[in-house]
Amino acid sequence: MDVFGSFALLLAFVCAVYAFAGGIAAIITRHPLLVKSTRQAGMATCGLIFLATFCLEYLFFTDNFSVAYVVEHSNRDLSSLYKVTALWSGMEGSLLFWSFLLAIYVISVLITYRNKNGELMPYVGVVMAGVQVFFLTLNNFVESPFKVLAAPGAGGVMSFITRADGNGLNALLQYPEMAIHPPNLYSGYTGFTIPFAFALGALLARYPGEKWIHLTRKWTMIAWMFQSCGILLGAHWAYAVLGWGGYWGWDPVENASLLPWLTGTAFLHSVMMQEKRGMMKVWNVWLVFTTFLLCIMGTFLTRSGVVSSVHAFAQSNIGSWFVAFMGITLAVCLGAYLKNRDYLATENQLDSMISRESSFLFNNLLFLVACIAVLSGTLFPVFSEWFTGNRISVGAPYFNRVNIPIGLLILFLTGVGPLLAWRKTSTESLKKNFGWPLMIGAAAGGLAFVFGFREFFSVICLTLCVFVAATILLEFYRGAKVIRARSGASYPACAIDLTMRNTRRYGGYIIHMGMVFVFIGLAGAAFNRDVQKSMQVGQSLQIGPYTLMLQGADTKPEQNYTAQRMLVEALRDNKPVMMLFPEKRRFAGNNQENGTMVAIYSTWKEDLYVVFAGMDPETREPVIHAFLNPLVKWIWFGGVVVVFGTIVALLPNRRSVLVLAPTQQPAAAQPLPHAVPSSVALREGHD
Amino acid sequence: MKKQVKFGVGIGIIVVALGFLAWLGYGESKTYYHTIAELQSLNSSQRSQRIRVGGTVAVGSIRHSSGRVDFVLEGEGKAIPVTYAGSDPLPDTFTDKAQALVEGRLGADGRFAAEHVQAKCASKYEAAPGGDTKGAAAGSTQPSTM
Repeated sequence: MDVFGSFALLLAFVCAVYAFAGGIAAIITRHPLLVKSTRQAGMATCGLIFLATFCLEYLFFTDNFSVAYVVEHSNRDLSSLYKVTALWSGMEGSLLFWSFLLAIYVISVLITYRNKNGELMPYVGVVMAGVQVFFLTLNNFVESPFKVLAAPGAGGVMSFITRADGNGLNALLQYPEMAIHPPNLYSGYTGFTIPFAFALGALLARYPGEKWIHLTRKWTMIAWMFQSCGILLGAHWAYAVLGWGGYWGWDPVENASLLPWLTGTAFLHSVMMQEKRGMMKVWNVWLVFTTFLLCIMGTFLTRSGVVSSVHAFAQSNIGSWFVAFMGITLAVCLGAYLKNRDYLATENQLDSMISRESSFLFNNLLFLVACIAVLSGTLFPVFSEWFTGNRISVGAPYFNRVNIPIGLLILFLTGVGPLLAWRKTSTESLKKNFGWPLMIGAAAGGLAFVFGFREFFSVICLTLCVFVAATILLEFYRGAKVIRARSGASYPACAIDLTMRNTRRYGGYIIHMGMVFVFIGLAGAAFNRDVQKSMQVGQSLQIGPYTLMLQGADTKPEQNYTAQRMLVEALRDNKPVMMLFPEKRRFAGNNQENGTMVAIYSTWKEDLYVVFAGMDPETREPVIHAFLNPLVKWIWFGGVVVVFGTIVALLPNRRSVLVLAPTQQPAAAQPLPHAVPSSVALREGHD
Repeated sequence: MKKQVKFGVGIGIIVVALGFLAWLGYGESKTYYHTIAELQSLNSSQRSQRIRVGGTVAVGSIRHSSGRVDFVLEGEGKAIPVTYAGSDPLPDTFTDKAQALVEGRLGADGRFAAEHVQAKCASKYEAAPGGDTKGAAAGSTQPSTM
């Protein structure tokens, strides 16, 4: 099976090279058969990648310990779920998994548009094939997952060997979230290849109008949704498994996943400027290019260990491949831009400071500044070494100081932006849209202050959250009221009807609402507390309103590990609330690794987070480390809302009649009607 | 043209303010990377900076005492005594012969006062598993930062 798998990979590489080179030839000659054959080569590439991935999984499930990758990342007792996830637990498998997910996107695009957009698709196909060629090069010639074990036998002849058992999967990865977090994040990273391919393809082809933006909107949103999901799942995994009480540490790998999300989010907003007003064309194209490059860089940072991270102990030679690929990509993008930049001329100018356009402009500025700040902080050790010879890193205070104000400004714009009219907003409409929300927000902030919230940024954040939530709810209420006047149905039914009529706009509001929840959760971090104590059975410790009593300890043998559990009873006002079982796990396999299982009692108000921190070496008593983290649950809830909103926004409108015409035509031929500055009529379409 | 100026001023204020904050944060958190051998030859101003240093935990050197952990970090034939007094538990991977990264300040007595300790098992892991799995190859005593 390993031979079969590596052969499938090799064949995939050949097909991808054909799809790439043949595609270029097809663009030049415009021979229809050549176009067709390269498209089919693209599909074949994807099929062969699926086959190779299946082969590697097969090797895991058959416990084939003659394959190096299986030996390193699995053992016989590993449960089936983790045999699936072992695929992406190491370098070689992760890169194959990258190719696998990219192949899913590529084949979907090729099939969806096989009979459409004949002028554009060959270009898109070539770009996608180019990316695939790069990753297949790594899969085949640099980091092959199908290497077999061999050892010199008698007489010095190398012969294949098979181990009795594998080394086992990294203990930290044996957690259910590890089954869904990497696929999500990787789907985000790979997914941005599609808008990139369309943007570069459209630029190279000088494809008329804004059509590529409409074609890629869905793909961008899907990639963005996965990326958001992946980031939050990663944060949750760090929270629940690493046992340090936090969810975000500005670690280079975390930052790497955040960077394309920032530019991707900026792009999702600024494309609206191009759709509606024909502005920011150069900006949008470069945002897509940047997002794609940051995705590649995210993979590169993680895989190469170029920046000292939590796991930057090992260096890998794979870095130079990534640097070369990014260099080539950047050169191609730059070349295409310089050659065809006249095609990106803007059609309109900014009219007013208080307008939708300017809110998008500032939104983009803030996302970009955040991106640059995070990027430069992450790469600071590398650059400082180049320029000064000293390797200097920056820590959390740097990232927090810059990004907290940016986050709050973006949150403010989240409330304000969608309600501003295009071109220019009148004072009356400002009063009408923001009067109540501003008052409610200020009242909430005042209340929070009275009740003892004194952390500056947290109070500001909560005030803004209430303000934004109020603007969103007001929008739903107003829309529902109009429908109710006609249909007479209940408000919730009208709100659903409203959403389904314009999924893009109201789905967007739901996403914004989700982000408000995430910010509520983040605001809680200023009030985190923790207590650590070594305890005998029967002793207790006090944290906030909770009393934690150690009731006992036990040892639980499981299939692949042995758990040492602490039985901790949580009491509140002397009433038992819950039993918590923080554990230490000792895993089977050659390495005898340890893992920590945090016990969390989560409420909307706060998380009680209990860690069994090991035995006190002096007293031989267990050490319990308890954290009280307010509002954390809102972050995960917000994530769910964001995903839900994205799915809503991806649905087609129930009545397409309501969609105004302009976006379906090249914007050049259709400047925005000047007669509709008052927001409602315009926003009825699709924001 | 007047509008462009307005936008320019707005953008300028935001960028300059954020730049100032970045500079403040940089000053607070910049940390110099040194090898164990370099630590001996630093001048006094360099010794007062935040420092990150990596090495191998000397066999049998880990001494737990109340509220603190002492150990010796070795590398390039040199060694340095380290004291960690933080409240966060040491990572599970922190054992004899583990590779460790410590971050903190060098005391006047030549003892390194670590604020964070990161450790990696000596036995396994090439690069990090999973493109995203922060801390997957190592544990750390990272404080909550948000």
